[in-house]
Amino acid sequence: MRLAPLSLLALSVLLAACGEEPASVANLDFQKDLQTQLIKAKPGSVIEIPAGTYQLDRSLSLKVSGVTIRGAGMDETILSFKGQKSGAEGLLVDASDFTIEDIAFEDTKGDSLKVVGGKNIIIRRVRTEWTNGPASENGAYGIYPVQTENTLIDGVVAIGASDAGIYVGQSRNVVVRNSRAERNVAGIEIENTIGADVYDNVATGNTGGVLVFNMPNLPQAGRVTRVFRNRIEGNNHPNFGHKGTPVASVPAGSGVVINSNDEVEVFDNDIGEHKTANVIISSYFSTGYTDLSTAENFDPYPEGIHIHGNRFGPAGDSPDHLELKALKISQFGLNGRLPDILWDGYVNLDILVDGKLPADRAICINNGSAAMINVDAPNNYQNISTEMADYRCSLPPLPAVKLASAEAGQGA
Amino acid sequence: MRRLLLGVLLLLAGCEQPPAPLYMPDGDNYPEKLSEWGMLQRADGFIALITEALPYDLNTPLFTDYAHKLRSVWMPVGASAHYGEAHFDYPLGTVLSKTFYYPKDAQGRLLLNEQDDRDPQRGLELARVQLIETRILLKQQHGWVALPYVWDEQQLEASLEWAGASRDVRLLDAQGQTQPVTYQVPDANQCAGCHEERAGQGLNPLGPKARHLNKDFTYAEGAHNQLQHWQQQGRLQGLPADLQGVPHNALWPAPRPTESLEQQARSYLDANCSHCHNPTGPGRTSGLLLDPATTIGIRYGLCKQPVAAGKGSGDRRVDIHPGQPDKSVLMFRVESADPSVMMPELGRSIVHTEGVEVLHRWITSLAGDC
Repeated sequence: MRLAPLSLLALSVLLAACGEEPASVANLDFQKDLQTQLIKAKPGSVIEIPAGTYQLDRSLSLKVSGVTIRGAGMDETILSFKGQKSGAEGLLVDASDFTIEDIAFEDTKGDSLKVVGGKNIIIRRVRTEWTNGPASENGAYGIYPVQTENTLIDGVVAIGASDAGIYVGQSRNVVVRNSRAERNVAGIEIENTIGADVYDNVATGNTGGVLVFNMPNLPQAGRVTRVFRNRIEGNNHPNFGHKGTPVASVPAGSGVVINSNDEVEVFDNDIGEHKTANVIISSYFSTGYTDLSTAENFDPYPEGIHIHGNRFGPAGDSPDHLELKALKISQFGLNGRLPDILWDGYVNLDILVDGKLPADRAICINNGSAAMINVDAPNNYQNISTEMADYRCSLPPLPAVKLASAEAGQGA
Repeated sequence: MRRLLLGVLLLLAGCEQPPAPLYMPDGDNYPEKLSEWGMLQRADGFIALITEALPYDLNTPLFTDYAHKLRSVWMPVGASAHYGEAHFDYPLGTVLSKTFYYPKDAQGRLLLNEQDDRDPQRGLELARVQLIETRILLKQQHGWVALPYVWDEQQLEASLEWAGASRDVRLLDAQGQTQPVTYQVPDANQCAGCHEERAGQGLNPLGPKARHLNKDFTYAEGAHNQLQHWQQQGRLQGLPADLQGVPHNALWPAPRPTESLEQQARSYLDANCSHCHNPTGPGRTSGLLLDPATTIGIRYGLCKQPVAAGKGSGDRRVDIHPGQPDKSVLMFRVESADPSVMMPELGRSIVHTEGVEVLHRWITSLAGDC
């Protein structure tokens, strides 16, 4: 099913074809027509937006399930929100069975594409970008599904977000693949999510490449995330996130950061050129918050972490954060490097058996000669250790995410 | 058939006679013109609610750029709402109307104030108000429907604008300062953005609930508690005999003598935030719950780290820092008019100075540390 193209859209295309510069003021008729289509859409509706750059000044929203929004390509159909006057995002979707493809969102005031609470979400070949490059005043998130179920993010590009380029929060059953996250604070962030596969992506030029986090005081704690076959390189951008946000504590020059999350498997990735560390494993306690900020049932310890078979490039030569700088110099010298993997050393003392974590909740490291440093943050960096013996273990592979849309889309 | 009838009625409208109230329990052929609903009538330069509709107001209302609001509920003949402490069950065909306007001085300048300027007998004097929009909330078989109507410059008619609208106005305050406002009429989805309190369960009225309505109102016949008035008019069943058992929010802007600063602040957060920030509303993803049932603790924002606030955090580490409003994300967001920072996200384009002041005083009064 295809809706009749809007005459205004056609007109815009004609103007574009004539080489007219896109107007700097909002194309109010386009905006009104598009929002009206979104309001009046029925399940099965396909809303097509032809090639062109369209200026909008208020956010769009969709609440009807079963709708597809389709542009002519992420470099052809561009919704530009420069000068946006109202709305906290570019497009807000509160619906299921939603597909959006081949379109770009540029310069939204807040988040670019937020999807709240739907099932069966497909976001592919979508670009979200702040065209001025990384800046604190940019919107927080590019691609932002939260509390969704069965979500495929495929072939997207996310650039310049002041928090995370691709951010999956409080969701279940998610695949993020074939995508590129560049010059955001966090490239790809999986937070409080159960069952996520992150593979065949490129994260570069961010402050941190790929984050797997758990935050307190939320309905769902995340677990079971696989990060594999990604290229995570050169994420050294100074942190331009805002204090109070989870990403604000990420040291510039971090490849993969696992914070407070459980059952995370990181394997077969190329990770390198990170000034702080290629992989960081840490607890909520390292973010500077205390018990006063967490509900009693929150588990702040990363457990069941398996880092294996990754290919590490050089890292750790110039860590961010004063205590890490001092630590590097004292332990490894002015010209030395921190090991590839950095662990803050927080463990749940209540579950230790003979001073060690139970096998299924262990931290297991197996990447050739790559080492891990335990900086012993709980004891003020007193007993820093690079002894690997306790961590030369292995965990059973985590199950792959089963997602019909991901299987159907293979090779597409 | 209905159209024909309306046509005849519209002709009559020239004689200041509104059409009969529109009963529309199903169907989606919603009137393009507000007058077709038959909720408002004009006489002698005044615009007023029809006598069959009950006017009402709220203890502490939602702030919307200092717009004044003329609210009404109409129920089909013989039908009535059922009392519930959390919300009422309204009969099929109920029409809630809410007309947003600014008072105008003799020179035609729009005024910024929070005074009640409604004449209980005659309504609003057209020469002294600027009508902006009227929102209709209609209860149908499949649930509530929100319909935004935007007034024309001559204040003769308002038209259905699914996609909303925006209006640039200038407001003159009591100190003689002019404040420019880009007033945003929400689109139908944005209406739902607030009114759909429970995800996927459809829209609900927000204002006409027990705790908001439980107050005196000046009717043409004199002042009376709204809930008791509704009951006496046969429009509300099941109201507890003793009003002491019925919740009430603090009165805005001047609280009743018995109402504490905490009640005032919580009433404000209830009216302005809790439609989203409740355990099932769209703000649930933040983990911050500002509904009346949530006690003051981490979930109400005390020492709570924001989850996905982005730049909305304002470089502050917790939502509410006891004793320190300037370290509280909540204050940063209510003090902002930047669409990507401000809370609520919709419904205002300027800062509510008086609301900010109450919240500031309340957070200052809290003891403890984070």
